[in-house]
Amino acid sequence: MISNAPVSLAIVVLLAVAVPAVFVLVPRLLGARRASSERQTPYECGLLPVQDTKSRFSVKFYLVAVLFILFDLEVAFIFPWAVVYDELAVRGFLEMLVFVGVLFLGLMYVIRKGALDWD
Amino acid sequence: MPETTTGALIYQILELLPFLKELPEFLHIPMLMFVTGLIPVTVISLVGLVGVYMERKVSAFMQIRLGPMEYGPWGTLQTLADGIKLMGKEDIIPREADKPLFILAPIAAFVGVFLLFIAIPFDRDIIVVDLNVGIFYLAAVASIEVVGIIMAGWASNNKWSLLGAMREAAQVVAYEIPVGICLVTVVIVSGSFSMVDIVEEQKGLFLNWFIFRNPVMWVVFIAFIIASLAELKRAPFDLPEAESELVSGFHTEYSGMRFSIFFIAEYGAMFVASALIAILFLGGYYTGIPFLDNIDGILGILIRVGALFGKAFAFLFLQMWIRWTLPRIRLDQMFYLCYKVLVPFGFVAMIITAFWQMVLPGDGFMSLGWAPGLGK
Repeated sequence: MISNAPVSLAIVVLLAVAVPAVFVLVPRLLGARRASSERQTPYECGLLPVQDTKSRFSVKFYLVAVLFILFDLEVAFIFPWAVVYDELAVRGFLEMLVFVGVLFLGLMYVIRKGALDWD
Repeated sequence: MPETTTGALIYQILELLPFLKELPEFLHIPMLMFVTGLIPVTVISLVGLVGVYMERKVSAFMQIRLGPMEYGPWGTLQTLADGIKLMGKEDIIPREADKPLFILAPIAAFVGVFLLFIAIPFDRDIIVVDLNVGIFYLAAVASIEVVGIIMAGWASNNKWSLLGAMREAAQVVAYEIPVGICLVTVVIVSGSFSMVDIVEEQKGLFLNWFIFRNPVMWVVFIAFIIASLAELKRAPFDLPEAESELVSGFHTEYSGMRFSIFFIAEYGAMFVASALIAILFLGGYYTGIPFLDNIDGILGILIRVGALFGKAFAFLFLQMWIRWTLPRIRLDQMFYLCYKVLVPFGFVAMIITAFWQMVLPGDGFMSLGWAPGLGK
């Protein structure tokens, strides 16, 4: 019979792109077109835009991203452990205790260093 | 029989409509395409229509007003009318915007949400593909939407958009950790990534649901609800779109149909999160009443699909309720809640769950005391 998993996936990916593409194209055909200079300026509450947008922003965002990579990788490592947990039994549990313990120490360190305080 | 579930769905349809069997074999693949494509498209458009109407009505009733009343009885056609109106809107791309990125951004956000529907089981057979890495797939695909949103914020060349996108990226990225921990805890209990397996594991009496599996599962359940609210940028975590601070965040410059794509994606994501809560903790498409779950045929399918939609819409309502109950939190509170509350609690709950699973695997703990093995 038909092995349909790859076909189905391909179809859904295709649809995922096609549906919004159609949504965008329809108003191109139907919509009004009265472009004017004011209409196309970036919105700044009615005033003319000041300064360039691509300026600097708080380094805290960068810090959050770095922390995310660390912790999310750890969680990604735990996933395969979780799925075979029943077979690993006591040994698996103790090993994960050590792993999460180390992770927890890291989290404590980050908190004590004040990396998560926004101010 | 075909190896994956959509195939089974097709054969069920063939049973129900025998005249389709007379069609030649080569038409089966187009039919397959039709059926698989139909599930996410139907659900996302239904959720878009009903969800938006529901949001407006719930908001209205909570503020003692009527909400949309003009089109259709009780304004039920309002969303449809809005959709038609949006199609006639002018397509505005700001002058200084990064054009290719600006056009691609809503599509990327939509793709990220649409692909989530692949792994949501509406019934044993009504699922696009029952991936054997279901949960992992969801966790991976759920982060695609952020890419679209950062693209939108950056491409708009608008300060509100950029600020909103940065906040959103930080928030969504941060709350992926508690979400991941909650998912891992569920996988420990279920022993499988497959979404259908996870629901089948909860079959039987409602005491079999994962929320009753061990005494800490409700912590995971609440942590997952909070984290999913943050992932969805719903109030009280609506910092990225804070109307009173950032106009409307990353989609300030978007209008017409481009805006509505973001909007549909957002409601789609809300539904997926609500359905996930139901699937992971509350028995998914099972009602929790054994004799209702054992009904076969079309009635059984309707009951199960109805059960999932009922649970999912209950959580949609919860999201709306919370929106009009709690005020928006600050950025520092948002990070406090994530790293200092949800992550430690999540890890502790995970370890306790693992311990419980090692010592007392099997039925829910609620059924241990008074009627062991009642569920299965």
